[in-house]
Amino acid sequence: MTAPTDMTLAGARAALGRREISAVELTRAHLGAIEALNPRINAYITTTPELALAQAEAADAALAKGEGRALTGIPLAIKDLFCTAGTRTTAGSRILGSFVPPYESTVSGNLLRDGAVFLGKANLDEFAMGSSNTTSAFGAVENPWKRQGEEETFLVPGGSSGGSAAAVAARLALGATATDTGGSIRQPAAFCGIAGIKPTYGRCSRFGIVAFASSLDQAGPVARTVEDCAILLGSMAGFDPKDSTSADIPVPDFAAACARGVKGLRIGIPREYRLDGLPAEIAALWDQGMAWLKAEGAELVEISLPHTKHALPTYYIVAPAEASSNLARYDGVRFGLRENGEDLKDLYERTRAAGFGEEVRRRILIGTYVLSAGYYDAYYLKAQQVRALIKRDFDQAWDKVDAILTPATPSAAFGRDEKQDDPVAMYLNDVFTVTANLAGIPGLAVPAGQDAKGLPLGLQILGKPFDEETVFAVGSAIERAAGFTALPALRAAA
Amino acid sequence: MSYTIEGATGPWELVIGLEVHAQVTSKAKLFSGAATEFGAEPNSQVSFVDAGFPGMLPVINRECVAQAVRTGLGLNAQVNLWSRFDRKNYFYADLPQGYQISQYQFPVIGTGEIGIELADGTTKLIGITRLHLEQDAGKSLHDQHPTKSYIDLNRSGVALMEIVSEPDMRSPEEAGAYLTKLRQILRYLGTCDGNMEQGSLRADVNVSVRRAGEGFRTRCEVKNVNSIRFVMQAVEAEARRQIEVWESGGTVDQETRLFDTTRGVTRSMRSKEDAHDYRYFPDPDLPPLVLEQAWVDELAAALPELPDARRARYVGDFGLTPYDAHVLTLEKETAAFYEAVAQGRDPKMAANWVTGDFFAGLNRTGHSIGDSPVSAENLGALLDLIKDGTLSGKLAKEVLEAMFETGKPPAAIVEERGLKQVTDTGAIEGVIDEVMAKNADKVAEFRSGKEKLFGFFVGQTMKAMQGKGNPALVNDLLKKKLAG
Repeated sequence: MTAPTDMTLAGARAALGRREISAVELTRAHLGAIEALNPRINAYITTTPELALAQAEAADAALAKGEGRALTGIPLAIKDLFCTAGTRTTAGSRILGSFVPPYESTVSGNLLRDGAVFLGKANLDEFAMGSSNTTSAFGAVENPWKRQGEEETFLVPGGSSGGSAAAVAARLALGATATDTGGSIRQPAAFCGIAGIKPTYGRCSRFGIVAFASSLDQAGPVARTVEDCAILLGSMAGFDPKDSTSADIPVPDFAAACARGVKGLRIGIPREYRLDGLPAEIAALWDQGMAWLKAEGAELVEISLPHTKHALPTYYIVAPAEASSNLARYDGVRFGLRENGEDLKDLYERTRAAGFGEEVRRRILIGTYVLSAGYYDAYYLKAQQVRALIKRDFDQAWDKVDAILTPATPSAAFGRDEKQDDPVAMYLNDVFTVTANLAGIPGLAVPAGQDAKGLPLGLQILGKPFDEETVFAVGSAIERAAGFTALPALRAAA
Repeated sequence: MSYTIEGATGPWELVIGLEVHAQVTSKAKLFSGAATEFGAEPNSQVSFVDAGFPGMLPVINRECVAQAVRTGLGLNAQVNLWSRFDRKNYFYADLPQGYQISQYQFPVIGTGEIGIELADGTTKLIGITRLHLEQDAGKSLHDQHPTKSYIDLNRSGVALMEIVSEPDMRSPEEAGAYLTKLRQILRYLGTCDGNMEQGSLRADVNVSVRRAGEGFRTRCEVKNVNSIRFVMQAVEAEARRQIEVWESGGTVDQETRLFDTTRGVTRSMRSKEDAHDYRYFPDPDLPPLVLEQAWVDELAAALPELPDARRARYVGDFGLTPYDAHVLTLEKETAAFYEAVAQGRDPKMAANWVTGDFFAGLNRTGHSIGDSPVSAENLGALLDLIKDGTLSGKLAKEVLEAMFETGKPPAAIVEERGLKQVTDTGAIEGVIDEVMAKNADKVAEFRSGKEKLFGFFVGQTMKAMQGKGNPALVNDLLKKKLAG
């Protein structure tokens, strides 16, 4: 039998159903792996072994009675941006201090409803702001993958869901929740050689998720296979009256869609994504992806998304603007960190200076600036107009194609000490992913190959709003064709 | 003759506009399910949404929107089927989210107008610029501890309607009449209780002055005035201050001021330079507010009768004087009381009794119409006793007084006190005979032409009957007997 930590989520579910392994055994295996590896990888900020074992025991009891649900007994990591009732939730920031929410986010609640076991809270960039998981107040996360011949180099797992992706890649969880505001699911999934989907905006409730940029934030899963992502999303998604932007649309059987195949599908190849200076390896992988889909019976269609080049600047106006307002509530008055001051203003300044890290402060400043009187029209309003054009680009593309294939990232995982001096270079990581957030469409990253030094590279499939099924179908086809079996250097001992 | 204030250099006109914050009558807050009851224990009506906890999201309360639409319809205003919520960003300890959700650019209600009644009997139309929905903030309590401030978030998130008028008012009286009328409409609609003492209705008063024929000069805003009387005083005080500034060669600066109710003057709160940059932007947590015309039509159809229509009906259908109609329709409760009394009776007689002895009785006993010891049913019954001749007008007043004291129905009081009017001709004749026998000299004088003495005989007869003689019968019988 496969080692418990090497199982896929679907495989573990089947094994649990057949009583080949108990939920407690499965959970213990993961807790052991966490104990061994987390001190180095730092994928978890908080682990909850007692809670996990209690949940696993309850899962075994349910399974024994034949009352297993979609995720009964499946050990997961929960990104520490999801509020979990009774378990500290930090958002990767000092400012939340030892905040323990008295409420459960809808998405994590849905997973609990379906029987999942929570191993702990996954590390992330502070307030989900970052592409390298180096802005966390709880320390950087180490990518379990190593460049061949450079085993000492500390590579980043991507961000902001770096802890979620690293935990899943290193076999410290069967799957994890993540969130994606500009690429925070897809980029770390690609860097860590796993799959991850940002569903359509409104597919998952945002209730109980610490907000970064409300019009862009969307929860989704990361897991080692596309099918595992589909299973997780099926539980996470659904209409929630507590989120006014949640879509009242039925949740289809995503897992079933994985086996559909791509025969007859029209796959768009956006010419604007062939950036100047795109590394040859990335371009080659993209071409390989096209060839695989064509071989499976899909039709390739060159398309134009003319406003693509404006996506990144637009994103870096809209997201900080919303963040500057969303983060105003961290003021030291009601919860979280408080640094007392001479008066109210002093209390605010001391608390926020001590509580927020550099990147968060930078984005609050940018956001405050672009919303200020006299600048609003030139920045925020203009960005909203461009955003509408980017969305229209996609709307028009859907007349011609059923899904779009692009690279997931412009590079493989980079070193912790690379790109750190230049925030703009860091922001470029999101160049292929931000458009999906701006347009509100689903995007899936799937591991498809390796670079010359053995690091994983991902492809991205973009789809129509609320058509995650086609995205899963295309992603699964790539996954099958790629046969990606490489393993990270750091992983639970089998 | 229009209102002016005489300065040292001549007369000045006033230009006044009001921004009224009216708390929406609703069980729950604008974006959370927390209760809104006034006077609850501090921080006992606060949800995690109201307290701005991480991950909490606003969900619009449909009833609050309905109340805003009803109010818009009551103000003869345009209902915008598409409107939007924006965030108004600023830091304060009683503003948990760090922003107030409001409607900045696209309010739910557009332009409208209401008529105000002035003392000279004329009506003037005042334009409504807009009405929008927004959240209230919490309350900071600075006087509970020597060095700390306390925060009560019960109000945080309560729905407010901000109702902005055009600068159409020209005198303190007009400003007072506008606020009175607005409050009357809100109360009729049941969309705001209009209680200014509890802060559920507050006014920001914009005032400027000018010479006749001029355009607008710089205005100042007097914030948070909490009674109609204070609004009128604040207008005058602020106008006089501005006139002094202009006349002494100075310039009025646009600023926000407060009205000091004890000293009767306004003082500066913050200048335009200190004004916040609120960084308004559309709230990304809330989709645009889209209303169906059919829903608005339903609300319009179910709207209660408003004061203007009711007043017109009282004059037209009931034949009341415009003044009585005005007095009876000022408060919804008064009008309802009056209509219950008038139901199936002479409406003018009912109006006379309600506005006359009944109001006097309320005043004397310190009651309001809501807790009146005399019910509309009992006042109606009293009118019936007058109508059927059981009580004279004078006796009825006596019975009404007893009703205020005891709360009993009039029939019971008449019974207990034996106040029933005597209409038995024989009994009255017997008394008259006695009076004439006792006053034979006066009878002789009357018969010799001193007819003024008739009143004396009426008085003596009524006195002998303890006022219970039917006045008409006493008159008739006396005339006959005295004539011999």
